[in-house]
Amino acid sequence: MHTNETYNDHVVRLFLLAAAVWGIIGMSIGVFAAAQLAWPALNFDIPWLTFSRLRPDHTFGVIFAFGGSALMGTCYYVVQRTGHTRLAHPRLANFTFWGWQLACVLAMVTMPLGITQSKEYAEPEWFIDILVAVVWVSLGIVFFSTLARRRIQHIYVANWYYGAFIIAVGLLHIVNNLALPVSLTKSYPIYSGVVDAMVQWWYGHNAVAFFLTAGFLGMMYYFVPRQAQQPLWSYRFSIVNFWALISVYMWAGSHHLMYTALPDWVQSVGMAFSLVLLMPSWGSAANGLLTFNGSWLKLKEDPAAKFMVLSLVFYAASTFEGSMMAIKTVNSLSHYTDWTIAHVHSGSLGWVAMITIGSLYAMAPRALGRPAMHSRRAMEIHFWLHIAGLLMYVLAMWTAGVTEGLMWRATNADGSLVYPFIDSLIAIKPMYWVRFLGGCLIVSGMVVMAWNLWHTAAHARKRLITPIPVPIPEPVAHQVPAPLPAVG
Amino acid sequence: MARGYKYFEAVEKHAGLLGVGIAIMVSLGGLAEITPLFMRAHQVEAPAGVKPYDPLRLAGKDIYVREGCYLCHTQMIRALRAETERYGHYSVAEESVYDRPHQWGSKRTGPDLARVGGKYSDAWQRMHLLDPRKVVPVSNMPAYSWLEHETIDADDIMARMRTLRRLGEPYSDAEIAEAPKALEGKTALDALVAYLQGLGTSLPANGTSEASDGGAAP
Repeated sequence: MHTNETYNDHVVRLFLLAAAVWGIIGMSIGVFAAAQLAWPALNFDIPWLTFSRLRPDHTFGVIFAFGGSALMGTCYYVVQRTGHTRLAHPRLANFTFWGWQLACVLAMVTMPLGITQSKEYAEPEWFIDILVAVVWVSLGIVFFSTLARRRIQHIYVANWYYGAFIIAVGLLHIVNNLALPVSLTKSYPIYSGVVDAMVQWWYGHNAVAFFLTAGFLGMMYYFVPRQAQQPLWSYRFSIVNFWALISVYMWAGSHHLMYTALPDWVQSVGMAFSLVLLMPSWGSAANGLLTFNGSWLKLKEDPAAKFMVLSLVFYAASTFEGSMMAIKTVNSLSHYTDWTIAHVHSGSLGWVAMITIGSLYAMAPRALGRPAMHSRRAMEIHFWLHIAGLLMYVLAMWTAGVTEGLMWRATNADGSLVYPFIDSLIAIKPMYWVRFLGGCLIVSGMVVMAWNLWHTAAHARKRLITPIPVPIPEPVAHQVPAPLPAVG
Repeated sequence: MARGYKYFEAVEKHAGLLGVGIAIMVSLGGLAEITPLFMRAHQVEAPAGVKPYDPLRLAGKDIYVREGCYLCHTQMIRALRAETERYGHYSVAEESVYDRPHQWGSKRTGPDLARVGGKYSDAWQRMHLLDPRKVVPVSNMPAYSWLEHETIDADDIMARMRTLRRLGEPYSDAEIAEAPKALEGKTALDALVAYLQGLGTSLPANGTSEASDGGAAP
């Protein structure tokens, strides 16, 4: 059927550019912060350059600026393709882009100046939180309005995850950031002590669940079958995993507060649900991996597929690790050590960054009107730089974490402690150097990706590309919602 | 497809139904774990020894927040043998009732500070904050040299106390009015040291009373 309706890929390209830029910024700050831990002279006695002021810039930069831009961009791309429709509310969609970038810039500038709530992963002050909330509601409106005008009756799996990501993150963000301002730059949360800790880790854990997992699973469910050129391994399995994942995750936050002053029963509930969580996590990973059945040969020739497969392996590995770390006995050793840092990075660099990079490599040529990425060799180099850096990072931090945990609890026969605290720092110093080197490799890979994207975008920059027309499917009898007429 | 599938089919063909379903499923966990903390059985009230921060310590706590100390130091001694041996009595819920936000932390690049108050002299704390490697040569803690020259704005602290009172902290008018006197001539460094020296000192040193054990006992 003929139509002159086209996909809105303009806003997708903007988010693609933002993701590449924020990825390099966020990860470079991480590498610098890692260097500061190994060589404290690098703090230079400059307030805004000091480790403790800069670390939130690293976490916010990679999670919300890089991850957020990649999620919103792919979300807009996927919801249009799976619904055979153009994005609703184009101006609002543009607002979500500029509003999100403004929020990111404001946050990244204010946090090193000491304007912070000190709630981990929710550091920006109240006026930025309000902007984020407004952008988030706009994102929800654009997404659900686009779903409402879809021409395909079934809402594809990827969109369930994007929907859950939008709804849950909105809820978490608003509840966790309720505060009473003193001035523009200072506010106090309405919760204190134990309640604040519980709300914070309900938020913190589910930022991992819905920002870093559900959103990226949405990406996975679209781009993995696309890249494998195979249908999803099991549709029914994805239904079970989806509902189990989104309902179980929300209970698990209290595993961040084991053996603390939080009531004991809440800790135990958190531990139990964390163990149950392993099933939908592995279910989703298996569903993605098995989708490659019959096209494993692609791993030989397609670096994007390599990123995707490895990301699913790391997803399975780090969710297993996470569930194990939520067992009270294991947690008593691992908590507060660099093991947590290893776990977070095997999840974020292994799962989140690799599924993102794989998806960007899959999406970029289509969004930029090219048959393929500019250089396949550069993608290959990026892959090996990323894997090498990731393994160095994670192995170093595992070693450091277990060393700290064991040294902190070591006792002599008479019950006294074997090591003063500072001995554990001396013991793990070499691991901090290895971590820094691993980080350097990963950032180098990101620079290679940016170079590759820049060349792939040559035609788009010269405005030589034409928008892709929306294919209009044959109407189904009595379809709800009624299909839209084919006009641009 | 199985018989049950037709019920699910409705959900995945209606965006609104899907959205409502998601909203319900993601709300259950939080409702179950957070709302009980507001109920009487779990309500944590300040015992006699725990008072809201005086103006200088409040200023110090906000500097602790501003500098991001919580990123490397916890304030939560877990109920584990090796922890109580190293840091003192395990932390109890009542001790952080006036912490907005809580400063329990999640990572120990440096040691726990929940009971650091009185462990070192004021002079040691000052020197350590200004240049940690002067007192601990292998430390990787940044130097916070600018704190020494920074004065504290009394009007700002009074505004903060009034905001905290609106949130329920029992500050009296007199206490707020006396803030400028308490802060006169004080630097950010003085405030931070005063805050650190007060940490963990509000409960009796050799353990806690039975009353303050509620909800926290291992």
